[in-house]
Amino acid sequence: MVNIEKYFGLVRALTNINLEVGRNEIVGLIGDNGAGKSTMVKILTGVFPPTSGELYVAGRKVDFRRYNVQSAHAHGIETVYQDKSLGEKQVLWRNFFIGREIVNRFGFIDVKKEKAIANEIMVNTIGFRSKGITVDSNVSQLSGGERQGIAIGRAMYFEADLIILDEPTVALSLKEVAKVINFVHKIKEGGKASIYISHSIPDVYEVSDRFIVLDRGEIGASIPKKDISLKDLDGFLLDFAHGLKDKEYS
Amino acid sequence: MNSVRSLVKFVGRLEGFPIAMVLLGLYIALIIAAPAVFTHPLIYISFLETVPPTLIAALGLTLVITAGEIDLSFPAVVSLSGFALSWGWKTFDPAFGAWIGIGLALAAGALVGYINGVMVARIGVPSIMATLAANFFWYGISILLAGGLQVTLKGSQDNFVHQLLVGRLFGAVPVQAFWALALAALLWFILNRHKFGEGIMFIGDNANVARVMGVNVEATRVRLFALQGMIAAFAGIIVTLDIGVFYPDQGNFLLPAMASVFIGGTSIAGGAGSVFGTVFGAYVIGSLAAGVVATTISGYWVQVVEGVVMAAVIVLNAATGKGNMAALSSRFRHWRAPVASNPRQELLQKDDTAPS
Repeated sequence: MVNIEKYFGLVRALTNINLEVGRNEIVGLIGDNGAGKSTMVKILTGVFPPTSGELYVAGRKVDFRRYNVQSAHAHGIETVYQDKSLGEKQVLWRNFFIGREIVNRFGFIDVKKEKAIANEIMVNTIGFRSKGITVDSNVSQLSGGERQGIAIGRAMYFEADLIILDEPTVALSLKEVAKVINFVHKIKEGGKASIYISHSIPDVYEVSDRFIVLDRGEIGASIPKKDISLKDLDGFLLDFAHGLKDKEYS
Repeated sequence: MNSVRSLVKFVGRLEGFPIAMVLLGLYIALIIAAPAVFTHPLIYISFLETVPPTLIAALGLTLVITAGEIDLSFPAVVSLSGFALSWGWKTFDPAFGAWIGIGLALAAGALVGYINGVMVARIGVPSIMATLAANFFWYGISILLAGGLQVTLKGSQDNFVHQLLVGRLFGAVPVQAFWALALAALLWFILNRHKFGEGIMFIGDNANVARVMGVNVEATRVRLFALQGMIAAFAGIIVTLDIGVFYPDQGNFLLPAMASVFIGGTSIAGGAGSVFGTVFGAYVIGSLAAGVVATTISGYWVQVVEGVVMAAVIVLNAATGKGNMAALSSRFRHWRAPVASNPRQELLQKDDTAPS
């Protein structure tokens, strides 16, 4: 992302955003509420275009006029949102393929094939062992961690190069957070890249190679993991929240 | 025992099963209460003639409500499309004028629906307001164009289009009942097996999820309203042809159509729709008035009974949760406690077979 800016009317949501994510890098994105994390993610994933700036995917410039969620998928960018990745009242197999159904010439869905693949993902990629949950189950029957598992499994199945996790551990029990962290490690092992967004600094610290601190629409700091300990990072962020770092960076 | 239970489960999952049972129960009750009328096939044939227009409009409405929207403008479309048909009929030679009229009627419906869709999806007007305004406006246009008058379709009985759409099969069964059923089958496939329908369900469920997963929410909504407009126009064509007369008020079945959708099990909250539930729902609604009158209870009771039946069915739907009997039977599991196996055992059995 080069010089990305985004205005909503007169409100400046993002300015001067320059960010690069390596091919097999996990970047932890940290920032307070309203810092612009979600806006950044939405530009990256084609939900809406920025007011100005450029985006390069694998070295190729993206034309924002033709960039949308589908073409972001085609570029290998997938997103797991905290709460809006799955249709609550829909069955699981539909959730795997929504937006890119396996269809025939007339747009009719190949239900058998979709169910078979969804089952394959659930059993092999995500390792679902939960009792009574099949591809025909409704999302509303799943726990929070299971839902994130479905969303991450979906991203991995569609061979994403960059998986963006937007607060994937919010409202999850500790055990389920551990599962999600485990998935992020799998992303790294699989040679893929990820942007991990979370309020939980220990989680971010554990999975990330580098930390980006976003503050009021600007990138405040970029720190490689090897240069900082969890304790220092925590302290650093606290200072940031208190506005003490403003002077140093302005 | 197992096979019986799985059969019960299978039947329970069939779309519209509870409301189909309500319809069956209603007819049984009416056969007992008014045997002279309800043991004769004539009353059922008359339902097959009177219900389809409401049913057709309700079928389109089912998809709209599944998408979390509403369409209050179809009565105006039924009127406008009827006028378009009658205009084509009397302006040209009926042999092909009928076809011109049908083309015009469908085009008018699609146009009204498209405008509704643009208002809702692109401009962001809530559908209840956009379509309410549209209903007044297009109904007014229809009255203006017709000069407030009826138009008789001359020689309609002998016309091929009449035979095709509202004729009698074997000299008895109204053909429009089959057209309505065919439309229901088509819409079932669109909703449950087409990516357009899947988009409708996800939009009704949560439009944000649909959007971030790559569904074109706005375009889907516009297409949906345009489709609904055409379906309402089809209902208008059927009404006008069946009676042989266009009159501006002919689409006056907004509330029965909405009631059909809701007692059929489609949730007002959106996200899931029951096409065949609407089919049975429309026949329940359409049979009540005649049924009550036939029992020789005073006609003033008709609406009271209608209200009671609607409320009862909707309570039943709410109790079953997803609107299917399988959920109800598990809710009342204790009722058949002596024969029911241990639920835990049931789960284990399922697990054994699942991975293979």
